Amino acid sequence: MSLKLTEALQKTVDSLTQTFGDKVIDVYQSSGDTFIRVEADAIIDISKHLKNELHYVYLSDVFGIDRYTSDERFEVVYNLLSLRDQSRVFIKVRCEEENPEVESVTSVWPSAGWPEREVYDMFGVKFRNHPDLRRIFMPEDFQYYPLRKEFPLLGIPGSIELPSTTPDSD
Amino acid sequence: MKLTDIQNKVHSTFFKEHQKSLYQSLEDKHTTLEELDDGDPLTTKMVLNMGPQHPATHGVLRLVLQLDGETIEKCKLDIGYLHRGVEKIAENKTYQEFMPYTDRMDYLSPYSNNVALCTAVEKIASVEVPERAQYIRMIGCELARISSHLLWLGTMVMDAGAISFFIWTFKEREKIYDVMDRIAGHRFTVSHARIGGVANDLTDEAMGSIKEFVDTFPKELKDYHKLLDRNRIFFERNEAVGVLRTEDALASGATGPLLRGSGFGLDIRKVSPYLRYNEVEFEVPTRLEGDNLARYYVRMEEMHESIRIIKQCLNKLPYGPIRTDNAKQAYPSKDEVYYSMEGMIHDFMMTDTGICPPEGAECYHSVESPKGELGYYIQSDGTGHPWRLKIKAPSFSNLQVLENILDGEMVADTVVIIGGTDPVLGEADK
Repeated sequence: MSLKLTEALQKTVDSLTQTFGDKVIDVYQSSGDTFIRVEADAIIDISKHLKNELHYVYLSDVFGIDRYTSDERFEVVYNLLSLRDQSRVFIKVRCEEENPEVESVTSVWPSAGWPEREVYDMFGVKFRNHPDLRRIFMPEDFQYYPLRKEFPLLGIPGSIELPSTTPDSD
Repeated sequence: MKLTDIQNKVHSTFFKEHQKSLYQSLEDKHTTLEELDDGDPLTTKMVLNMGPQHPATHGVLRLVLQLDGETIEKCKLDIGYLHRGVEKIAENKTYQEFMPYTDRMDYLSPYSNNVALCTAVEKIASVEVPERAQYIRMIGCELARISSHLLWLGTMVMDAGAISFFIWTFKEREKIYDVMDRIAGHRFTVSHARIGGVANDLTDEAMGSIKEFVDTFPKELKDYHKLLDRNRIFFERNEAVGVLRTEDALASGATGPLLRGSGFGLDIRKVSPYLRYNEVEFEVPTRLEGDNLARYYVRMEEMHESIRIIKQCLNKLPYGPIRTDNAKQAYPSKDEVYYSMEGMIHDFMMTDTGICPPEGAECYHSVESPKGELGYYIQSDGTGHPWRLKIKAPSFSNLQVLENILDGEMVADTVVIIGGTDPVLGEADK
């Protein structure tokens, strides 16, 4: 399928493919949004390039996807907005089910701090060099990753400590 | 303060690991503020837990503040007390079934949330929405914006010390509830938008009540301005308090009025117009100061702009259908359901399976909710349930900013700054 890119997005894609070559795996469009999948080990270089050369100064969100496949199960998506060109682009990296790890982009966009914690909390994807990688919604005592597909909708009984309902006990 | 000192004093009985890591991260937090000598002979240093059950935290927000006397040296936020896992729930519901949950995300402006979900689903499934429905949605969204900003205004002024003002703004919010009641049949969690349009057309009564509100509300706004714009107490509580500097604003990920108060006119209604925002005229108010007062001005002006948009919508409101007439994409009208076999079947199919976007399709669509950029990312697997639905909640982004702008402020200003940030925990905690 041929891409229908705006001028600014075309420039972004060209610049990325020229600078990083093989590190850019795939560029595709879906419902009018542009997604660029890149190698996970190049994410920091690509982030810096996007921010400094292509003016994607605003990181709006980072989120995870559980693809539920045997290889490269988890996907981390960066939602970037360029205020100058008013264009939005999504950068995707994938990581394996065993010990999923991605380099944190907090050094490039400090706003990635909490969204990356959320990805860690919900999917168990660890971010290397994250300044404060703790769970964000679930308590630290919780051992599961709720947005993974194998986690049941009703939760796991006994997985979370609940307060005693009898008023007299200490 | 050292972690061991805190743990010797606080004997946590609940989620011990969680408390430990929270205090540890407070200790580890690097701030640019100058630290006094470690000796602390006057024992002015303490760690203060504020919330989660605190009336001024606007929900269940917990702040752990490390104080030096009355100054906040550093602070950490603990959220998740209202975590309901709506993204997990969404994966097990049809798109239409999930909509009432969005009402309960940002419960101060349910209409914007409904519209945000519906526009995202319409984008991924290529549903055409009739003109009239677009304008009705815009009216609803702008009413929701006014309603949300009114609550913010009331509580923020209350946090600054004026209790009675809260009643004033609630008087106006009450009118919006009545308008919503006439539009949608619900006062609070409206669920009025539908995929492919809206649930029902505006009745004459609803039109009348919107017009009446639009005519009377500017006078009330003028009164608010009269009370606050030259109010010395209000100024001294808000001026140069909770400053988010322009150079930090983009990097910190602030959105909505918080970002616009710091000098960036980023408004999704202008950046990527949805509904019919490209056909109405409005300004995006911005300020440069980045303090709480700037946010006050931005939100007040936004209310003026909302009234302006509603007036234009009422003038432009075309006649026509309010929901797309395609039984594979949207609910058929009730007339069809009650009087024809096909209508009945289609209604059942919509409830049972719902709309099915193409397999593997992905989309992100964001709207400008009262709190900022509210976006829905949807990934479809070809069934009626989303494979992944991610909500980009503006309050979540703004709370992250709050964690940094609180450092170095006075402890008495905490509640004012939280008020100025205007977080809704239902949305931030998902």
